[in-house]
Amino acid sequence: MNTPSPILSVADLAVEFDMRDGVARVIDDLSFDLMPGETLGIVGESGCGKSMTALSIMRLVPMPPGRIAGGEIRLDGENLVAASDVRIREIRGNEISMIFQEPMTSLNPVYTVGDQIAETVRLHEGLSKRDARDRAIEMLRAVAIPAPEARVEEYPHQLSGGMRQRVMIAMALTCRPRVLIADEPTTALDVTVQAQIFDLLRDLKEQTQTAIILITHDMGVIAEMAQRVVVMYAGRKVEDAPVDELLLNPKHPYSQGLIACVPHLQAVPTVERPPLMEIPGVVPSVSELGRGGCPFAPRCAQAMDRCRQQMPPPSTVAPGHQVACWLIDETRAA
Amino acid sequence: MAGQDDILLRVEDLKVHFSQKKQHLFSQASHVHAVDGVNFTVPRGKTFGLVGESGSGKTTTALAVMRLVHITDGQVFLGDIDIGGLEGEDLRRQRRHMQIIFQDPYSSLNPRVRAGDIVREPLDQMEVGEVASRDERVGELFRLVGLRPEQQALFPHQFSGGQRQRVGIARALASQPDLIVCDEPVSALDVAIQAQILNLLRALQDEFGLTYLFISHDLGVVQYMCDEIAVMYLGQIVEHADRISLFTEPLHPYTWALLSAVPSADPAIRDRSDRIRLRGDPPSPIDPPPGCRFASRCPFAESRCSGETPALRTIRDGHAVACHLVGDDGVPPQRQI
Ligand SMILES: Nc1ncnc2c1ncn2[C@@H]1O[C@H](COP(=O)(O)OP(=O)(O)OP(=O)(O)O)[C@@H](O)[C@H]1O
Ligand SMILES: Nc1ncnc2c1ncn2[C@@H]1O[C@H](COP(=O)(O)OP(=O)(O)OP(=O)(O)O)[C@@H](O)[C@H]1O
Ligand code: SF4
Ligand SMILES: [Mg+2]
Ligand SMILES: [Mg+2]
Repeated sequence: MNTPSPILSVADLAVEFDMRDGVARVIDDLSFDLMPGETLGIVGESGCGKSMTALSIMRLVPMPPGRIAGGEIRLDGENLVAASDVRIREIRGNEISMIFQEPMTSLNPVYTVGDQIAETVRLHEGLSKRDARDRAIEMLRAVAIPAPEARVEEYPHQLSGGMRQRVMIAMALTCRPRVLIADEPTTALDVTVQAQIFDLLRDLKEQTQTAIILITHDMGVIAEMAQRVVVMYAGRKVEDAPVDELLLNPKHPYSQGLIACVPHLQAVPTVERPPLMEIPGVVPSVSELGRGGCPFAPRCAQAMDRCRQQMPPPSTVAPGHQVACWLIDETRAA
Repeated sequence: MAGQDDILLRVEDLKVHFSQKKQHLFSQASHVHAVDGVNFTVPRGKTFGLVGESGSGKTTTALAVMRLVHITDGQVFLGDIDIGGLEGEDLRRQRRHMQIIFQDPYSSLNPRVRAGDIVREPLDQMEVGEVASRDERVGELFRLVGLRPEQQALFPHQFSGGQRQRVGIARALASQPDLIVCDEPVSALDVAIQAQILNLLRALQDEFGLTYLFISHDLGVVQYMCDEIAVMYLGQIVEHADRISLFTEPLHPYTWALLSAVPSADPAIRDRSDRIRLRGDPPSPIDPPPGCRFASRCPFAESRCSGETPALRTIRDGHAVACHLVGDDGVPPQRQI
């Protein structure tokens, strides 16, 4: 069997920001692959670098004060980190698209949604005004917006949050990108609307075979949507595994904590409610990053001396399952 | 069954309407029916949950209970006292018995006041205890919520989100209230910090016999925290049950859809074949039409649903539902095939 090659491959990515008191490495040593047609989840606490990873792939890291300080991001072999600005503009929206958490910030309030979609289509496909408008209506219909002929004439503020997110998805998918990055696309929505958006993403993916990077802090969302998951902590990947494997058999103490500390909805709730597992402490601030040692050590119940001195390298514990934790060495040695 | 005297909070036919600006000179004034005839009771020492879509009236219900919003109609009793009817000094004195914790620990604390003074403020305002003993009380409250004594000197921005929420909880506890309203108390926090706060709230409840009115859009959190739960839709309660019954035998189609929609790490839920999906968005709460307010999105709706308003009726002990199609035998429409 020949293994398919990844559509997107991130290797040793580092992102830095200039701060008043020095340079902060907000992403470090980050590597992962995205396979064609796959949905890859990225989870982790606020500030762990999920959005910055997405922005790096789009080459949208705010610069200055930030910059991609090292590593490669390969789309089908082509290194985006080294690509020209002209080439990046071609790729953005055509081959890689992104949807953001709050659609209001990325939709222009003074244009109708129809004009905005049509504009995207015209830019990317060179359609005439008329054809672009028809295409916009077709796109709105594809994302299940009722009465699309009427909706194209409306402004973003006239739509509900769920409908705005659908418009964003329509725009992101207009040009059939090969990679779609969705950064917390439903965090601002009700669960019933979130479920509709996810159904839509699943259907569209089935039709277009677009590979998706789904950023979220919700393990339930990962469980429902993704095949594989990368767990990030303080700008680094601490674990990378198939979803079922991660949920049933998390190896990194942080992943274990992330899963155990959430009161997951149970089909049949138990009468007993033991206290939730806690991860003590808080995430390190940017200025504390890059001090050597495992960044999770100050919060880790199992930390050893070695953890505080040396950075644990990623090691493979099972096919497709990587963990960066010194405990893996310990169990192997034992 | 809890006896009458065990009931701490009783809400009777509560209505909160907001009037909207007129669109035109000659148009009728319209009203947002934010809360539209809500009834429930909360036993002392228990946690009562309110869930439902954004805009369904959860916060407005809580604010009405706290007398922080004008009550259009209905009554709210804390113990035997009709707090809806209190004014001036009487209301001020009653306030020490009920406190609120907000979602956003960032905006609910005055940025220019030190944490110790934030916690002390309700003691001074409501004249709780001797003046001399208040410093000691503040120290004790800091310890209770897991903050260090020297942190009293810090300003809100010098705390993390979770610590700020702890300051908010300490402030709420200061006057030794009976009832604490928790409006999305962990929604703004990272999951790892959520667990710390939820554990703290439960530990404090055990220690002081607190009663919580608990609002969250996270059904996992609600299932874990609440003893009884009311599901709201467009200003009304559509279902009300104890935590086990609500999640194992949801009766209202909306509750069913809500539970179906939760993305779950539990394979038993994820693989359930009978999950249903709602279409569309909730209708406007402005001058809502007669009939069941869920009718426009309900997959089972019949013609009478949009004509007659279904009453909230008790199907079995402690489990009530407002749906025409739930049989008297308690079989919900989603089970009648
Ligand atoms: N403009 C900036 N200047 C300096 N630091 C920044 C800037 N933007 C982001 N950062 C830092 O980069 C780190 C990663 O941020 P990022 O937005 O990727 O986090 P995230 O995982 O997406 O978090 P969230 O879940 O809150 O969205 C954070 O520590 C953040 O403070
Ligand atoms: N002061 C006000 N004036 C006018 N309308 C209001 C006011 N406060 C709330 N509303 C409206 O009342 C309805 C109920 O709002 P409420 O904040 O109680 O909902 P909620 O269930 O708490 O929602 P969420 O989950 O988004 O917090 C909404 O339609 C809201 O827009
Ligand atoms: S490397 Fe050490 S500190 Fe880091 S997670 Fe593993 S055991 Fe804990
Ligand atoms: Mg982010
Ligand atoms: Mg609210």
